Amino acid sequence: MSGVALDPRTAVAFPMAARAAMGDTQLQKNVRHATDVIQAKRARVVGEMPDWQELRETGKQIRQHTMEHLDVYLEEFERNCTKAGGVVHWAQDAAEARQIIVGLAKAAGADEVIKIKSMTTEEIGLNAALEAAGIHPFETDLAELIIQLGQDQPSHIVVPALHKNRQQIRAIFQREMNLPDLGETPQDLADAARMFLREKFLRVKTGVSGANFLIAETGGVCVVESEGNGRMCLTLPETLITVAGIDKVVPRFQDLEVLLQLLPRSATGERMNPYNSIWTGVDARDGPKAFHVVLLDNGRSEILGDTEGRATLNCIRCGACQNACPVYRQTGGHAYGSVYAGPIGAILTPQLMQMEHAQSLPYASSLCGACYEVCPVKINIPEVLIHLRNKVVEQNGPMNPEALAMRAMGMIFRSERRFRAAQRLGRVAEMPLVRKDGLGEGWIGWLPGLLGGWTQVRDLQAMPKETFREWWEKRNG
Amino acid sequence: MDSRAVVLKKIRAAKGGASSEAAAGAAWAAIPRRFTQAATREHGAVLELLMDRLLDYDAQVSLVQPEAVRATVAGMLTARGVLRMVVPVGLPDAILPQGFEFVVDAGFSNAELDGFDGVLTMAKVAIAETGTVVLQNTAGQGRRAATLVPDYHLCVVRAADVVETVPEAMARLEGTAALATTFVSGPSATADIEMTRIKGVHGPRFLDVVLVAGGEEA
Repeated sequence: MSGVALDPRTAVAFPMAARAAMGDTQLQKNVRHATDVIQAKRARVVGEMPDWQELRETGKQIRQHTMEHLDVYLEEFERNCTKAGGVVHWAQDAAEARQIIVGLAKAAGADEVIKIKSMTTEEIGLNAALEAAGIHPFETDLAELIIQLGQDQPSHIVVPALHKNRQQIRAIFQREMNLPDLGETPQDLADAARMFLREKFLRVKTGVSGANFLIAETGGVCVVESEGNGRMCLTLPETLITVAGIDKVVPRFQDLEVLLQLLPRSATGERMNPYNSIWTGVDARDGPKAFHVVLLDNGRSEILGDTEGRATLNCIRCGACQNACPVYRQTGGHAYGSVYAGPIGAILTPQLMQMEHAQSLPYASSLCGACYEVCPVKINIPEVLIHLRNKVVEQNGPMNPEALAMRAMGMIFRSERRFRAAQRLGRVAEMPLVRKDGLGEGWIGWLPGLLGGWTQVRDLQAMPKETFREWWEKRNG
Repeated sequence: MDSRAVVLKKIRAAKGGASSEAAAGAAWAAIPRRFTQAATREHGAVLELLMDRLLDYDAQVSLVQPEAVRATVAGMLTARGVLRMVVPVGLPDAILPQGFEFVVDAGFSNAELDGFDGVLTMAKVAIAETGTVVLQNTAGQGRRAATLVPDYHLCVVRAADVVETVPEAMARLEGTAALATTFVSGPSATADIEMTRIKGVHGPRFLDVVLVAGGEEA
């Protein structure tokens, strides 16, 4: 279980959290190394595909189409999954999803569950709810295990522990697995995880997973992974509980021909991830005897209703935008105060929270467009960011300081007389703040109050002694 | 109103009304698919590509004539030092060499499966471009647990079942889409520690493939 779940309702605002992260040079080094490696691998395998842009275009259209007919496809999935022996549950919000899953685990007689990495279970804070009900969740993805044992929080959608290096991971495993002689090569650490988890895979009778795709046409579920821990959780327990956002549905089995090409190359820079599992309901001869799917709304239907924000739901959670983002690469994931970090987190989190929390996130971007460039389903993240900034200003009302300041500026700029007066006033007002540098140029390193934000990360040159207009008038006079 | 009704109602309100299956079906069919769908290489080159991609992920791979399969399987098992193999129901005897113990999966428990050195199966289809073998719960391929718990997986693939692209593979799987299906691309791996690729976390740590030539026209 994560130490304290990342919750946008209680998280420190992004600029404050980012400032703290910028001071952690080890964190920055770890994040930069990891994102550099994935980006290089991604570029190589994407470069192999002459039809990459065509795949992206179809991927985008499949996702858009799905959202336009989401009700039809969810009902179709439910019907086919049920026919195949699965049980479909619907949850309006995180609390209801937790209640359903805890109830199902209890009914299965579980006091332990094995879990596949799932950002959706992080989103709903499932682990804490299971613990509170006396059910211990074991994370089985290596990165999630590192985070759980280290009482930490995920910082990336695909590689949640990329902020930790091998020495840090070794220290966690030595302490939590009681292995004083553990080596420190990645292989030693992976072997330790294999030993630690194998016994749990063979013993624990209930598994919990997320889903990459729900297939409406067949009622099947697809999970994409690398380590085999996913296959273990999906195959060996007697009861399997899968929780998936309502946005995870795809219309037809055939659509995987596109998504299974876009996702692995974008996410981990591999032509195909080592394992994909597709299962449909229950099969008496293969896998769990009981299978439940919890369809989670938790704010997604509100996003669907916002035509400009809707594209956010097209996301297939590859994390490519995080790796490409200059802001994420500097701050790491925790600064975003949500399990969804980086550019996608900056648009997804505020919307999932119905814009009530995480209002600083739409500003956590330089709008450079790198995220749009790498997105395998062509989500125009910068456009959505601007749309959300607009919403933040609107939501804060006409009397908020920023809106008031802008209105005052507008009034000044509309009149030459007022503009000149403001310039004169400015020169007088800045005097106590100006410091001369060695060349005799004036610089301002600190501005008071609201204006202080401007000088937090840059110095401001002092205003010239006379304006161009004043100089021009004097010259002609 | 139950949560199902509430969520569906919210979705319909958000979209400005309900959709119909007919409308969705027609719109789906109109989605352009201009990416590569069919093979672009000769079949021999497709086999080479598959071998290349499997080797890239450290699988051992041999392309052999049908009469040499047994000997090749024997060679690979010996090289990996395995003796006691679990095999799914319906695996052709013709590919099983002497000198090893092959036990047909009788629905073994997880712990019993853990006691085998490895597993030997066939595949439904293999994808050259991505270095993938696809298994379904059917004769010769068996239960998912059997190819998961043992530490070694040897997969015998008929050349006729090898395709170049992912779309070709999905088309071949379409008819049996509801069977439990597993795509395997190399052995289990992780890059969670400093992005260093490590083989063999939880699934089989070793994967080998024997490609059986012939029958492409079948």
